Amino acid sequence: MTNSIAEIKDCKLIFLIGGNPTEAHPIVGLEMKKALRKGCTFIVADPRQIWFAQHAKLYLPVRPGSDNWLLNAMAHIIIAEGLENKEFIKTRTEGFEELKSFVKNITPEKAEEFTGIPAEDIRQAARLYAKSEKSAIFYTLGITEHTCGTDNVRTIANLALLTGHIGKSSTGVNPIRGQNNVQGATDMGALPDRMHGYQYLSDPAVVEKFEKAWGIKLPRTQGITSPTMFERMNKNQFKALYVIGEDPVMSEPNQNYTINGLKNLEFLVVQDIFLSETAKYADVVLPATSFAEKDGTFTNTERRVQRVRKAVNPIGNTKPDWQIICELSNRMGYKMDYPSPKEVYDEIASLAPVFAGINYARIESNGIQWPCPDTKHPGTKFLHEGKFTRGLGKFFVLPYRAPAESPDKQYPLLLTTGRTLYHYNAGTMTRRSAGIIHKTNDCFVEIHQSDAGELGVFDGEMVKIATRRGEITARAEVSEKVKKGVIWIPMHFVEAAVNKLTKDAYDNITQTAEYKVCGAKIEKI
Amino acid sequence: MVMIPKIKVNIDGKTIEVDKGKTILQAANSTGIRIPTLCHDSRLEPFAACRVCMVEVERGTSTALVTSCNTEIADGMVIRTDSEKVLKTRKMVLELILSDHPRDCMTCEKCGSCELQDLAYQYGVRESQFFEEPDGGIIEDENPVIQHDTSKCILCGRCVRICAEVQQDYAIDFKNRGFETQTGTPFGKPRRDTTCVLCGQCVSTCPVGSLVEKQAVGMGREWDFKQVKTTCAYCGVGCTMYLNVKGNRVVKVTSKAGSVPNDGNLCVKGRFGYDFIHHPDRLKHPLIKKNGKLEEATWDEALNLVAGKLGEIKAKHGPDNIGVFSSSRCTNEENYLAMKFTRAAIGTNNVDQCART
Repeated sequence: MTNSIAEIKDCKLIFLIGGNPTEAHPIVGLEMKKALRKGCTFIVADPRQIWFAQHAKLYLPVRPGSDNWLLNAMAHIIIAEGLENKEFIKTRTEGFEELKSFVKNITPEKAEEFTGIPAEDIRQAARLYAKSEKSAIFYTLGITEHTCGTDNVRTIANLALLTGHIGKSSTGVNPIRGQNNVQGATDMGALPDRMHGYQYLSDPAVVEKFEKAWGIKLPRTQGITSPTMFERMNKNQFKALYVIGEDPVMSEPNQNYTINGLKNLEFLVVQDIFLSETAKYADVVLPATSFAEKDGTFTNTERRVQRVRKAVNPIGNTKPDWQIICELSNRMGYKMDYPSPKEVYDEIASLAPVFAGINYARIESNGIQWPCPDTKHPGTKFLHEGKFTRGLGKFFVLPYRAPAESPDKQYPLLLTTGRTLYHYNAGTMTRRSAGIIHKTNDCFVEIHQSDAGELGVFDGEMVKIATRRGEITARAEVSEKVKKGVIWIPMHFVEAAVNKLTKDAYDNITQTAEYKVCGAKIEKI
Repeated sequence: MVMIPKIKVNIDGKTIEVDKGKTILQAANSTGIRIPTLCHDSRLEPFAACRVCMVEVERGTSTALVTSCNTEIADGMVIRTDSEKVLKTRKMVLELILSDHPRDCMTCEKCGSCELQDLAYQYGVRESQFFEEPDGGIIEDENPVIQHDTSKCILCGRCVRICAEVQQDYAIDFKNRGFETQTGTPFGKPRRDTTCVLCGQCVSTCPVGSLVEKQAVGMGREWDFKQVKTTCAYCGVGCTMYLNVKGNRVVKVTSKAGSVPNDGNLCVKGRFGYDFIHHPDRLKHPLIKKNGKLEEATWDEALNLVAGKLGEIKAKHGPDNIGVFSSSRCTNEENYLAMKFTRAAIGTNNVDQCART
């Protein structure tokens, strides 16, 4: 997030696109509800009539995969009606003329054809967003989990650059992160191309610094991402995988493909707190402790590094992940010797300027938001004030790219997936919690009543949902919540794993899978 | 920045400068003077239902009793929070509240952390001249997490208001009149069948033992628990919460107003999704696959096998045939060590994590 959670309540306009905070990020949802009570205008673009859609000034029922049209058409209106922030464009951005000539032809009428949103509503959305004094965009995986996910994010950024709605309090571009420490895992360089603190291996100075600090020679070969690893596994060109705290069988798209890949491995190690679906294929399973049994830090969606504290002793004969990794490393001949996570954090801070000012003593009562370059620095509430990381903000010209698989005659419905309030991801934790399973404990498929009518499907009936990759059975929830032609299934239920259905097609830059669009059909059982 | 004008008020003989627009309660708190409250929660709009926060304000030659939680300060206001009149009235108010409240503190879950008990103790209210046998009792509801005892309810409305103002779920409200007044779901329906999302925000704000965490009933009172401050392990919001521990067991999860970034609020997952910690399905020993079956092993066996096998594959096929998935669920320290392990111990850049998925 470029802004902080505490700034949400003071937003004057919130443009929420591809996110459902009341369910997936409930406490951010509460902050947005505060803003709503204070008169904040909401524009909500989503294929489902989520809570905020029902309370929005403008609800844009966007067809999944067509966000590009909506966003570029909004840019078209902003420029055509002279609502752009000329001063901001002149002093803080580059590439405006290219964008201007590109969006000239992206009219709201054309966008209506692709998005299903009335052209007049797109106009209205653009005007409201541009004119408000404090406009903030919030998005989540509805924007990123597409083959054009990166394009979508950049098209969002175009709107913020056009209007200057960035780099100010309660004004910015805010992806809300889905997992407790997804921000931290990225910050810590658990990625093939960079070390922690966004220090890229393409920079020889970075390589030299870490070789000196760690006392080794760093590998010079390009690392590969998890989708590429699965591709190689499926081609029998990858030998071993060590999976820590993740259940790719449940969370990767196209489950059959994932399982085939894992089966082809010579050696699979899984480290987790439960015997996950992935662990069933492992050669060795290492039992880890839960967050309640260890010390450390998580970094939240507003870049706040916060303490995690040990409350109970490890259950059974389990060990915290950090200790297991150290013991493995020592056995493999690279010495890792830390008395506690505190010393690990000190090393992290000593090797990355953006975290240099953070240590356990400073985050004892409240966390600190990075960038925090020294121990006197209070942390950074919002980003991009006065200057962008790369200098000038760049406009991107991004024409529409269709999803990898759209509905067709054989699979006429558009399947999109997501999370619910009650369950979390693969469900390994929440499905073992009594209060949560009391409220909901089975998989369902949301379908528009007119589609259900055509299929002769009744509310509550069990139906079969199939795609080119597999099929599952789930309870039909018939209503007008989801857009006509679209069906929606949550991802939490192992007995009806929606990732048996999703397509293994990926964004060309981030390699995030297209969980949000594929062709599907529903059959009565 | 909009500058808020300051005004001067006198509280208990002390003149202070406060931001215009603050209530008497906020002004007093800012100078360290505690005014007791029951229906007040900083997350909610002032309600002035309990009358415990009454203070005396000078009005010309006479004085008036006003509720401090919803009375805005005015320039030159002279306020007494501890005059004889205030103390006498407050005691009477407490007697009235206690007139319809059971006197079973010895078996109450809230004993030791009950705001009403604390005030009765502080003001020495032992008997109520108005005492009636309280009616109501524990509402039968199959939900396993929220217990509602209507006999203990003091009608402060905090649960009703947090559900309406903060959650905006409107699942509970007042019903009936007079001594019969209760809070609850529409038509007494089970919570599962209402708009209730089982967030437990009502439990978090209840000042007495009327709404409590059902799973923690009989497990101990506040003084029995060690409260460990930590960060929620579900979504990326990073709510600050407290694991209430007794023995080696997490008994309940709570938060506190003022916590960053959640101000004491938690959702259903954060507050009630902790059963997994002690679930019997937890992996408790390393497992090694033998003849197609995962069998229990010692740490030495398992770690030696992993190190040996990874070393063997590295030697035979090169380090780039090995990959590591680190985790968005693990700590920063663990992610750092996982990437260091991949690069330094295995010797490949093939490290990734679930940020993509």
